[in-house]
Amino acid sequence: MKRILMSRETMLALAIILLTGGIALRFPGFIAPNNLALVFNDTSILIILALGQMAVILTRCIDLSMASNLALCGMVVAMINASFPDVPITALIGLAIVLGSFLGAMNGVLVWKLDIPPIVVTLGTLTIYRGLVFVISGGAWVNAHEMSAAFKALPRSVFAGLPVLSWVAIATIGLAFFAIRRLPLGRSLYAVGGNPHAAVYTGIDVGKTRFVAFSIAGGLSGLAGYLWVSRYAVSYVDIAGGFELSIIAACVIGGVSIAGGIGSVGGAVLGALFLGIINNALPVINVSPFWQMAISGTAIIVAVALNVRSERTKGRIILKRAETLV
Amino acid sequence: MNLQDGVKARFIPDRLNSRLSGHLKSWETLLLAVAVVVFVINSLSSPYFLDAWNLSDASFNFTEKGLIALAMALVIISGEIDLSVAAIIALASTAMGYALQFGVGTAELVAIGLIVGVLCGTFNGVLVTVMGLPSIVATIGTMSLFRGLSFVVLGDKAFNGYPTSFAFFGQGYVYWVITFELVLFAGMAVLFGILLNKTNFGRAIYAIGNNPTAALFSGIRVARVKMILFMLTGLMSGLAAVCLTSRLGSTRPSIATGWELEIVTMVVLGGVSILGGSGTIVGVVIAALIVGMVTFGFGLLNVPGIVMSIFIGLLLISVIALPIVYRRVRKG
Amino acid sequence: MTARPVLTLSAITKSFPGVKALSEVSLSLYPGQVTALVGENGAGKSTLVKVLTGIYQPDGGEILIDGTPVTFATATAASGHGITAIHQETVLFDELSVAENIFIGHAPLTRRGLIDWKKLNSKAHDLLARVGADIDATAPLKELGIANKHLVAIARALSVDAQVVVMDEPTAALSHKEIQELYALVDRLKAEGKAILFISHKFDEIFRLADRFTVFRDGQMVGEGKIADTNSDALVQLMVGREVSQIFPDRTPVVGEPVLTVSGYDHPTEFADIGFTLNKGEILGFYGLVGAGRSEVMQALFGVTKPSKGAMRVDGQIAVIRTPAQAIQHGIVYVPEDRGKQGAVAGLPIFQNVTLPSLSRTSRKGFIKLAEEFALAREYTSRLDLRAASLDQDVANLSGGNQQKVVIAKWLATQPKVIILDEPTKGIDIGSKAAVHSFMAELAAQGLSIIMVSSEIPEIIGMSDRVIVMREGRLVDELAHKDLTAEALVRAAAGIGEVAS
Repeated sequence: MKRILMSRETMLALAIILLTGGIALRFPGFIAPNNLALVFNDTSILIILALGQMAVILTRCIDLSMASNLALCGMVVAMINASFPDVPITALIGLAIVLGSFLGAMNGVLVWKLDIPPIVVTLGTLTIYRGLVFVISGGAWVNAHEMSAAFKALPRSVFAGLPVLSWVAIATIGLAFFAIRRLPLGRSLYAVGGNPHAAVYTGIDVGKTRFVAFSIAGGLSGLAGYLWVSRYAVSYVDIAGGFELSIIAACVIGGVSIAGGIGSVGGAVLGALFLGIINNALPVINVSPFWQMAISGTAIIVAVALNVRSERTKGRIILKRAETLV
Repeated sequence: MNLQDGVKARFIPDRLNSRLSGHLKSWETLLLAVAVVVFVINSLSSPYFLDAWNLSDASFNFTEKGLIALAMALVIISGEIDLSVAAIIALASTAMGYALQFGVGTAELVAIGLIVGVLCGTFNGVLVTVMGLPSIVATIGTMSLFRGLSFVVLGDKAFNGYPTSFAFFGQGYVYWVITFELVLFAGMAVLFGILLNKTNFGRAIYAIGNNPTAALFSGIRVARVKMILFMLTGLMSGLAAVCLTSRLGSTRPSIATGWELEIVTMVVLGGVSILGGSGTIVGVVIAALIVGMVTFGFGLLNVPGIVMSIFIGLLLISVIALPIVYRRVRKG
Repeated sequence: MTARPVLTLSAITKSFPGVKALSEVSLSLYPGQVTALVGENGAGKSTLVKVLTGIYQPDGGEILIDGTPVTFATATAASGHGITAIHQETVLFDELSVAENIFIGHAPLTRRGLIDWKKLNSKAHDLLARVGADIDATAPLKELGIANKHLVAIARALSVDAQVVVMDEPTAALSHKEIQELYALVDRLKAEGKAILFISHKFDEIFRLADRFTVFRDGQMVGEGKIADTNSDALVQLMVGREVSQIFPDRTPVVGEPVLTVSGYDHPTEFADIGFTLNKGEILGFYGLVGAGRSEVMQALFGVTKPSKGAMRVDGQIAVIRTPAQAIQHGIVYVPEDRGKQGAVAGLPIFQNVTLPSLSRTSRKGFIKLAEEFALAREYTSRLDLRAASLDQDVANLSGGNQQKVVIAKWLATQPKVIILDEPTKGIDIGSKAAVHSFMAELAAQGLSIIMVSSEIPEIIGMSDRVIVMREGRLVDELAHKDLTAEALVRAAAGIGEVAS
């Protein structure tokens, strides 16, 4: 019981409740159910991406290319839709996921087979994937009127009171919970990042696990690519520019340790929600939205400082052991 | 305390290879060759390339980023990283623009830019060395914080109206086509080269990057060295902010967006190991030149900057991957 | 005693750069019997465990299971062949639950390939009960103390259905009660017909549990037989070897005034009540089992870890040392045990390694003087008879012995008063060992005071003027002259009053 009460997730959830509660004291409209649903919907894409990033960070890697991957997949499906409106939306979504996974797998192969540090690999693919968006689009925009109605409608259409976009995020959260909890792979992510040396002793292939994590992050980026361009009904080279750092921020705020092996689905989701709430709350409480960036920066620093404090390794405690030996 | 009489030691030469042959096989030589190839291709493909004034203009593609890359190289060699450099530019530039409203002169503007840079660097340094945060996440945080503060001050507005004398830093020429920025970059490159290669401080940076524990055990004050490096990076970012603000003549909070990754790319391309411990200033300077020339060359051919970035990205991965692949193939 | 061996190693060889860890060793394990593997630290026992469990691949030799040759490419392959091990290293994951730690890599799955948590937790519960551990299987591992973690590691080893169980110092972290339960467990495993390889430094448990013994020394098998046919003296003799004593330099110690006096050094978790005096020209040995707190004390003297209280005097003057830089200023230097991590700076050339703590002397106003650096490096490396191609060669490319010489040269170049050597010859070849030893003798003769931490009994006896024995973070004995015998050291370190002999 104490374990659950004191966990990082609980603390973060409390912080979020206090935050929203504080806002609600002066602006009760903020916690109206339909407004909260709006906030969640607005944060859905960040949640999906944060879950992918978490898989990568758990294995002691990092993926800086997710936002570029998103932009590339988004542009590909938007252009296909503009040129061939008859291609079914499900096929486009499938394509976005497959293409995204492939781009993620490219990162994974370079990390796995060539041992290049993940930060260098994804720094490179960040610029390459973003550049490819320009190459295929020639710098042109795909605007709302070029997209088919079905393409744009899917994320907005309401199902059981929530937009499909929200449902996709909920489904992703559910799948992530399930995969982390029930698949051997999910547990391997923790083992590889928590103690790579020991993982070898238990017969886990460290490189391959990292490869899979990158592919998953890529697949989710692809999915987010479709959701982004259809929700905002526009696609251009710079969509989600700089978003890669927000994704990492969501993870870090959610207690995912950059050193690997520590983190939870709940934490990553709450981290993303924290950023989403700040985003949405600022205009409500009449603070300039330009404060958003500074606030999330401060949140990252505070979150990392708290994580480091709780992760600090204990000594080898020879004396304690000696006492128990008597 | 002379033991040499008792021990029959074998003679060990100071150096096995002459310094020349060592240089010939180095990363810097490879980079230089790449630079020459880029230069030749550029000259052949556009008649406008080999023009003194055009080349002079082109130098702006790398001088400001290069200034920061010099300091970033030292930070990365020491095993850390600073992703907040572009945000420091934004905040320093904003501070200068803000001060402008109170009618300060050029000298004060420069001082404000540099001081804000050093303060930001100090903040990073405290987070990393005193609080023990991993630099990669700490500086992602300060990156949002610094640029965020800039947004808070400026919103969607901009500061304009810098004094005419202030324009010299980003638009002035020292002699003929030689810009002030180019001279500044060259001078700083020499200073950083000396700092890294010829001083105890530079030696400490390499030792820390290769093995922080052993460095500490050898009596090196690891935390102090890292603190100074973050402050130095802040200072250089402040300096770059002065140049860039002067060149653009205005400040927006989105100034220098994305530069942090371009600067890191420049440093890694220059042969600095992202894991720390190795790298040279010469390599970083050549890498800066390559990036500048590629940007300019593609620009002349009307290739957009973003396509050029594909090339830089591929270059970054392939220069690191090719030696590894080569070694694997040769081994088996 | 008639059964055929279930597992046989023949002529297994394994080398690492600079050192031959195993040299044509052979070993047989029989069903229903416990074979004790004994030897000093660095004799090759842990390397053998890693070969047996697929972590290392041997360079030569054969592994036979039931007479059939096998190879283990991975850890999974070894456990697939029915070999499981309790490793000395913690092969555990703090962030996972106890049950998961037991089953990671081979968790029970449902028919659809999902982790079956119910089965996993209940099987873990049973295994924990079997090893006599009162631990909640669903608790996160990080909440456990060190003894309970060790029990989890034992449960993990038993989670594999194995014919062969390797136990590498399984009782090192356990309390008396848990040790008794472990013995009962070993007896049960024996009764089930498992072949057990039991590695231990504690003679009482070897004679309590083992049926057979095998002795390793310097990577070679030097003796084996039935435990009933031997006694502790004979085993110590085999472990230590007889001829070794001759290679130590002859010295007539001239011990002078106290140089270093330590009193009342305490640390909240690592050691307590440490006090001793080191004299000029003396070699003071520190002996103890691995984990007795010797390195922790030395690192406190050197300013790496901070004692909670205590005082130190150097040459009669109070010295406050809180950083290595201050220790070096006071003339105290430390050659760490972990050469790779704490000693040599791989990536830097030899001469830069040597001059690293002496940079203020080889520079002017912070600017490096290369010629002086090379001169200083040459002076000290040649004293140690370093073998290298050139002084600007990366230390990473040197053998272990030569790396150690570079590290020692680095410290001598600071012209210290006190040099602390932590396991100075661990894992280096015989030739380099002898060079290090004769050099230590010369240094002492010149008036340098030396503290040598060592787990190698012949080295301790052959080199020290006086030996302090530590156990569980405390000084427990001081031995010199004719009291300084292998048996006395082993007994003091292990805390044995009387050994069954």
